[in-house]
Amino acid sequence: MVPIEHIMVFTGALFCIGVYGVMARRNAVLVLMAIELMLNAVAINLVAFGTLVYPGQINGMVFAIFVVTIAAAELGLGLAIVLRVYRMRSSINVDDIDLMRW
Amino acid sequence: MELSALAFYVVAGVTLVAALGVVVARSVVYAALLLILSLVMTGLIYLLLLADFLALIQILVYGGTVSILLLFALMLTPPETRPELNHRGWALGAVASGALFVLLLVASLADKWPAAGGTRHISLVDLGRALFSTWAVPFEVASVVLLVALLGALTIARSTTPGSKIAPRASA
Repeated sequence: MVPIEHIMVFTGALFCIGVYGVMARRNAVLVLMAIELMLNAVAINLVAFGTLVYPGQINGMVFAIFVVTIAAAELGLGLAIVLRVYRMRSSINVDDIDLMRW
Repeated sequence: MELSALAFYVVAGVTLVAALGVVVARSVVYAALLLILSLVMTGLIYLLLLADFLALIQILVYGGTVSILLLFALMLTPPETRPELNHRGWALGAVASGALFVLLLVASLADKWPAAGGTRHISLVDLGRALFSTWAVPFEVASVVLLVALLGALTIARSTTPGSKIAPRASA
């Protein structure tokens, strides 16, 4: 299998693509998709460390399972909020969602 | 080169290209489809890392549920009429993510990580035993989190006026 550094560079690139998506995109659903990319990058890194650096230890995989769980909960809530905001404002542009800004 | 290493590089390349497509695609539906591709490729990477149960979870949860949810949300909301990428956000995002990537690159290549001799497959039995013994409390907390998220999503997305079939286009 590949050295752990290559996987870390790959997941770092994936995470940074997600960061770019969160900051550049204006559609709230696309922002949520970019967040999914970032969570995936982190989960891959956890599994890679568990398998390649500490073989036989189970913690990396368990953490990745929790990441997937939290990601599913976050996405469900996020999309519910997006639909609600669309109903209230007729827009899902994140620049328009300034209800709690002062 | 080892076959599994070659497979990793190919799958990682496809994942990165698909992820780039997600953040730059003009059409939101193309972005969603590329996201599905990237998530399924992540499942293949789990398979290459000997995490077969996680690969199954990834395909089921992300390839199935998450992608359907995202496509539903995209269909229920209209496409933006304004340009999707405004200049300020584009430049700021490019600079910030580029700087973060350089930082991560330096951090991950600076140290020599201890290379373990060989890998070991973790069986599903071991995983289940660990989840229900060592990690039992976090596991239960995760189930409560899922329940709360389910109820919260229902409460938030429900229409405000009870009995109305169509959600009010609220002028609040």
